[in-house]
Amino acid sequence: MYNKFLFSLIFITAMLISVAHAQEELMALIDKDVQPVTDYTAATFKTTRIVIGQSVELPPQGNMLFLITHHFGAINTGYENLFGLKQATIRLGLEYGITNWLGIGAGLNTDRNTWDGFVKAKILRQSTGARRMPLTIDFFANTAIYTTKWADPDRTNYFTSRITYAFQLMFARKFGNILSLQITPSLVHKNLVPTSADKNDIFTLGAGGRIKVSNRVSINAEYHHLFSGQVVSTKVYDSFSLGVDIETGGHVFQIFLTNSFGEYEQTFLTETQGKWSNGDIFLGFNINRMFTIVKPKVVREL
Amino acid sequence: MQIKSIIIACLLLSAGSVNAQKFITKTGHIRFYSDAPLEKIEAHNHQVNSALDLSTGGFVFKVLLKSFEFEKALMQEHFNENYVESDKYPTATFLGKVTNFKDLDIAKDGVYDVTVEGKLTLHGVTRPVNEKGTIEVKQGKLHGKARFNLVLADYKISIPGAVGNNISKTIEISVDINLDKANM
Repeated sequence: MYNKFLFSLIFITAMLISVAHAQEELMALIDKDVQPVTDYTAATFKTTRIVIGQSVELPPQGNMLFLITHHFGAINTGYENLFGLKQATIRLGLEYGITNWLGIGAGLNTDRNTWDGFVKAKILRQSTGARRMPLTIDFFANTAIYTTKWADPDRTNYFTSRITYAFQLMFARKFGNILSLQITPSLVHKNLVPTSADKNDIFTLGAGGRIKVSNRVSINAEYHHLFSGQVVSTKVYDSFSLGVDIETGGHVFQIFLTNSFGEYEQTFLTETQGKWSNGDIFLGFNINRMFTIVKPKVVREL
Repeated sequence: MQIKSIIIACLLLSAGSVNAQKFITKTGHIRFYSDAPLEKIEAHNHQVNSALDLSTGGFVFKVLLKSFEFEKALMQEHFNENYVESDKYPTATFLGKVTNFKDLDIAKDGVYDVTVEGKLTLHGVTRPVNEKGTIEVKQGKLHGKARFNLVLADYKISIPGAVGNNISKTIEISVDINLDKANM
C-alpha cells in the first residue's frame, strides 16, 4: 500500500517534470534558428518638435501632421497688456511622412507673413538587434520667404532679399524609456541683413532633451547658443525654452515658456530679442494632430 | 521490483519526449480587437511562434509585441510605448498544454475540440488561462484556432480616463495557426 502510494507520487512528479521539461524544450525549439532583426528605436520624442525647434522625429510614413504653434506676447508687459495675452504670433503648419526616413513640411507664419517649406531626412536611425546604431541623425533644410510690403520701398528691392535658409543636423539618442537628448548645430543664411557688419551666415549650436514623468507626460527643454559677432545691429540673445508635452491619444499638446517670439528656425535661432532675466518670457503652445492619409497594408487573414 | 517499474516508467516518459511528435510555426496569426464606443481598434501579428508536442500535449506560444501591425502608426506607437511597454516587456508567452491531447489522432483527419490550459505572461504579469479551441488535423498538419478575451487590468495595463471610450477594457484575442511537423 505504502509502496503503491510512493510509486504514484514519484510517477506524478516525474510526469509533471516531464511536462514542464517538454514545454521548455518546445520554447527552445521556437527560439532555435531565430534570425536577429533590427529593432529601430521609436518615439525618441513625442512629436517633431522638442519645444520650439525640430526634433529627429518625422510623421510616420503616410501620415500628415497638422501643427498649430502659438506664442503669446511677453509676460513682463503687465496687466494693461494682460501679461502678453493681447499679442500673438502663430504658425500653421503641415508635415507629411513620405517614407519613414523622409518628410516634408510647410507653414505660414504671422511674423512678416512668412511662408516656409522644409525637407527633413533621417541619415541614421538608432537601433538595436541585428544592426546596432547608437544615434539617430537627421538633416533638415528649410527656405522661408517673407511676404509683407518692403520696409523701404524707395530703394531697389530684389525678390531674393525676402529669402532666408536654415540648415540643421540633429544628433539624438534615446537613453532608455525616460531620457532623450539631442544636439543640434544650425546654419542660417540670410540673403539680406540690416548692416554690413551683420553676417549673412549665422552659426548656432543647440541642445535639447526630454524627461518622461509618465508614459504620456514629459518635461522638455531646448537651448540654442548664438555665437557672438554674427548679429550685431540688433541686440539678440540665446533662445531657451522649457515646456511640457502631454499626449492624449490623438493629440500631443506642448505648453511652454520661451524667450523667442518667432516660430520658424531663422527667427528663434538668430532673432531672439527676449531675455529670461528681464522677464521677456512668452507663453506658448503647440497642438499636434496626426492624420493617417495612406493606410499601411495590414494583412487581416492568413 | 517496484524500483524497476519506476525506472521503466521514467525511461518511457523521457523516451516519449525524445521521439516526440513536435509541430511548429513561426508565422502564426494573432489578431487583437478592441471594441469601444468611440473607436474600434484591431491589430494583426503574423509572426507568432508556436509549438505543440502531440506526445505530451505541451503547447507554447511566443509573440513579439512589436510585430503587431495597426492601421494607424500612432496607435502602434502608443501600443508599444504606453500600454504593453514593449521595450521593457518585448514578448508575450504562453506555456501550457492541450489537456485532452490524447483525443487527437494525427492519422485521422478531422476537427477536434481541445481545451488548452497554462500560463500566459504579458506585460510582466503571469496568469493562468484555460480556453477552448479547435485543432484541425489535415494530411499530417495541424490548424489551430481559438478566440478568447483578455481583461487588460489583469495584466496591469491601464487605460487612462481620457481614452476610456476609445479603448475597451476587454480585448478579444483570435488565434489562427498552421503547425507543420518540426524538422528534428
